[in-house]
Parts: sequence; structure tokens; C-alpha cells
Amino acid sequence: MSSLPRAWWGRFRPLLSEFYHAPYRGAVARARRDEDDLFMLFVFAEMMGVSNPATYYTLELQPILLERFHEWHRRMGMEHSPLDHFRCC
Amino acid sequence: MRDDIDYVPTNRFVLWGHHFTSVAGAAPIIGPGIAVIWGWLPAFLWVVLGTIFFAGVHDFGAVWASVRHKARSLGSLTGDVISVRARSLFMVVIFFLLLMVNAVFAVAISDAFQATPSSVIPAWSAVFVAIIIGVLIYRMHVGIMWPTIVGTVILYAVISLGELVPVELPATVVSLPPSAQWIVLLFVYAAIASMLPVWLLLQPRDYINGIQLFVGLGILYGAVLIASPMIVAPAINQNMPAAAPPIVPLLFVTIACGAISGFHGLVGSGTTSKQLNTEPDARFVGYLGSSGEGALAIVAIIAATAGFASLSEWETMYSSFGAGGMTAFVQGGAVIVNNGLGLSISFAETLLTVMAVLFAGTTMDTGVRLQRYIVQEMGTIYNIPPLQNGYTATAIAVGACLALAFGAGGSDGSGGMLIWPLFGTTNQLLAGLTLLVISVILVKLGRPARYTLTPMIFVTSMAFLSAVYQLWDLYATGQYFLVVVDIMIIITAVMVMLESVSAFTRERRNAAAVTPTG
Repeated sequence: MSSLPRAWWGRFRPLLSEFYHAPYRGAVARARRDEDDLFMLFVFAEMMGVSNPATYYTLELQPILLERFHEWHRRMGMEHSPLDHFRCC
Repeated sequence: MRDDIDYVPTNRFVLWGHHFTSVAGAAPIIGPGIAVIWGWLPAFLWVVLGTIFFAGVHDFGAVWASVRHKARSLGSLTGDVISVRARSLFMVVIFFLLLMVNAVFAVAISDAFQATPSSVIPAWSAVFVAIIIGVLIYRMHVGIMWPTIVGTVILYAVISLGELVPVELPATVVSLPPSAQWIVLLFVYAAIASMLPVWLLLQPRDYINGIQLFVGLGILYGAVLIASPMIVAPAINQNMPAAAPPIVPLLFVTIACGAISGFHGLVGSGTTSKQLNTEPDARFVGYLGSSGEGALAIVAIIAATAGFASLSEWETMYSSFGAGGMTAFVQGGAVIVNNGLGLSISFAETLLTVMAVLFAGTTMDTGVRLQRYIVQEMGTIYNIPPLQNGYTATAIAVGACLALAFGAGGSDGSGGMLIWPLFGTTNQLLAGLTLLVISVILVKLGRPARYTLTPMIFVTSMAFLSAVYQLWDLYATGQYFLVVVDIMIIITAVMVMLESVSAFTRERRNAAAVTPTG
């Protein structure tokens, strides 16, 4: 007897979660991407000639974020890589 | 097309819930609450027939048309299917609609806070409950269930607190009366809310509103079924107030949401279509979504016609056009809830006011945000950097809404409900434009278009006639600010009609050219 309500509960919970997330999934993802883009600028600013006092601390993140560099510079309106020493495309 | 961001196949029941709660708000409460002044029968017939033959077709058609074109928005579709000029008209109509919805809902909330001071604390508490839910879910990764249960319980528990501590603003602050003070406060709030991240306020607020809608409808229909109230209002009102407008065409714009509303097409093609699992789901989601809104409009009619002790009491409430609205819904609904469920009238009044205020408030949050986007987009298109700034764009959006709220009917903001028929007119124009796009697509496919064309001709004609009638009426009463707004709407309506005729002639000619002759 007790398994039936539990089964209903188990089915209902993901539906409720979807009801919460579905309408704003795109808006939240875009906001998150905007934050990421700002962070990318923070990490790569010095390489593009913009002085950034935090470079010493963000330097070790560059290899990790290089995989996303190509998508980022295209989103920022730069068709080709702005870095002479790093030609991703 | 699936990208797990915008394009995500979603369970059709969830999507129906999303479409329904997005389209049903304060408008299907206020519109029928005003329109029963002509008697309950015309409002009832327009809501029932409008939902079945107009709104259902419109919403289903908007979702279908969008899905058939890679889930693009109706604005974008209009440019391809009709003309670039029609697309510009579409944007103009949307801008007017947002302007009016923000102004009119601010006035409606202000009126509600003054009529029911016990609703102030519960209504503002919802903002804090929403922020806590947003933080719990996004920052602390708590599951959905407990924040939902606890949040909903708090929301209803705070209603009792509101009754204990009613809030009334001072008689004057900087020579502004309470009505104007509330309107200014509401727009300050809406400006701040529209700048916050969506996950922090808008998303959880929208969510708890959705839950409230289901709970509120359950309470109201439950109370109606148990109490079986008698309708005291006449079927057709023969004793109309002197300055009341004619039923035709004004009924068809006074009740927009609840019968047919262009705003639904924006939701249908903006988010719903992108999450549709299969095309046949369009009928379930679109048609039944708008039917849900019709159900809310029906219960609003019942509350505003059966919740009064006698005909004379009802006539006192409806002593002038626009006097009913949310107030009639709250007062009438509270009596029915009292009779049906045994809740005290003051508690029920606060409950229903909070419900309606939250619907209107969330629409304002979204409306101001969308207006900011439009201003920023215009800044980008015409290369005006100051307009691209979020704060400047928000200030312009809020300033325009405030100008409309205070420009209508007096500097105290008390005459803002005069905008309601203009709001309905704009809404119906948008609905006509959406039905036109669907009709042209059907003609292109060689399918019968009469099911969308007939409602399109009807709503566009009624919107145009209403705009013309209001022009004369507003001029006669010296509302020159609104006369200018109305003239702009009439020009837009004429251009929409010309575009319609042009698009149809072109598509018919094309269809005739490809049809083999015997």
C-alpha cells in the first residue's frame, strides 16, 4: 500500500522540478554564459595587452580555459583569435 | 534542434502548466470584473465562445505556426510571412501593450492595497519568499519539494499576519496621495526587480504564482460548488450608469484575456513552442492552456455577479464603468468563499487580493524587463549607446509607464483604469496580427483558413471600432494625453488591416497560379 504513494511522489517530484526550471532554462543559461564571458576576459586580458593585476593568480587557469577560448572570441565579435601566439582558428 | 537550453523537449502536462500559468494572470480577473456591468450573460457568452472558437484556436495556432518554422517567435515569422513593415507594426503593438499593461496593473495593485490594507504585508512577503526559494534552489542546491511546501505554507500563514497589521500609507507625502505613492513605490520595485538576475526573483516568483493559481482556482471552484450561490446581477443590465460605453464593441476589448488575447501568442511562440515534444502536443498545450484561462475568467464572472447580497448592492458596486474589476472579484469572491468553505470574509478578501496582486505584480516585473530589452535593442539598432545601458533603458521604460499611469485621468493616478479598454484594444490588435500570420501560413499550405480568418476579422474590427469610439469619448472628456495614445493605436490598426489585405491578395494570387485548371 505504501509503495503506491511513494511511486506517485517519485513521479511528481521531477515534474515539479521541470515546472520550475523549464520556463527560465534559456535565460539562466545565458546569464551564466555572460558571467563566464566576463571571467574569460579577466583571465585573458593581459595576453591581449590589457593590464590586469590579477593575472598572476589567473595564469594557471589559462590552459584549462583555452579549450573554450575559440567559442569565446567568436561570441565577442572577433572572427579570428586576437592572440598572435595562440592561433586557435 | 535540441540544445538543452532553449530547445528542450518537455512533458506535455508540464508544458501545459507552464503555458496556462504564463497566460492566466490578473487580466482575466479584472476584465470580466468590469465587463459584467452589461450583465452576466454577454460576458459569460463572450468568455465561453471566445475561449472555444477564438483563444483556443489562436494559442494552438501560434504554437503550431512557430513549431513549423523552427520554433521562431511570431515577430520574426511576421517579417517572413507578411512583410517587413508588418514586423515593425508587431514591435510597435508589443511596445504599446507592455506600456499599458504595466501602467494599468500598477493602478490596479494600488487600488487593491488601498481597498484591502491587510493584503500589503502578505503581498510584499511573497517577494522575500521568492528570493529565499531562488537562493535555496540555485545557490544551496536544495531539492524543489521542501522550498515549495514551506514557501506556500508561509505565503498563506502571512495572510493572518496581514489581517493583524494592515498597512496604510500617509495621507500625503510630497503632496502625493496614497494612490500615487503606491504607484511610484511599485515602479521603483519593478525597476529594481527587472535588473536582478532571473533566478533570484522572477523565476521563483513566477513559480509560486503558478502554484497559487492552481490553489486559488481550487478554492474558488470548490467554494462555488459547495455554496451554489445565486446570481444577483441581471442577465442583461437595463439600468446602465449614464456614462457607460456601448456593449458593442467595448465588451470585446474589455474582456481580452479570458476570451482571446494577443499576449498568448508571444508566450506560445516565445517559450512554449521551443519546448514542445511533438507537434500533436501543440493542441493539448495551446488549446487547453487558453481553456484554463477561460476557467479563471468564468470564476471571476461568478464572483462579480453572485457574490453580492442583493441587486441594489451589486448596482452600488457597478455605479460607473470600471468601478468593478478587481474590487468586485475580491468582495464577491470573499462572500462565496465564506459561504462555501467557512473562511472569514476578511481572511478571504485578503487571500483573493493577495492572489490577484501577485498575478499583476509578476506581470509588471516581466513587463518592465521586456520593455528594457526593447529600449536596449533600439539602442543597438540605431547605434545610440546611452540606450544600450541597462539602467538608462530601465529608467526610460519606467518613466514611460509612470507618464501613462499619471497622464490618464489625473495626477493622483486614480484615473488609470481608463486605460483598460485601450489595453484590451492593443491586446486584440496583437491577437488579430497573430491570427493573420497563421491564416497566411494555412493559405500557403493550401489548407482552409476560415477557422483563423473569421476570428481575425472579428477581433481586428472590434479593436478598430473600440479605438474609434474611445477617441471620441476621450476627446469629449478632455483626456488629451490618451487621445494621442489612441490615435497612434488607430494608425497601427489601419496599417495592420492594409497589410492583411495586401498579404491575402498576394497569397491568393500565388495559390491560384499554382492550382492546375481543368
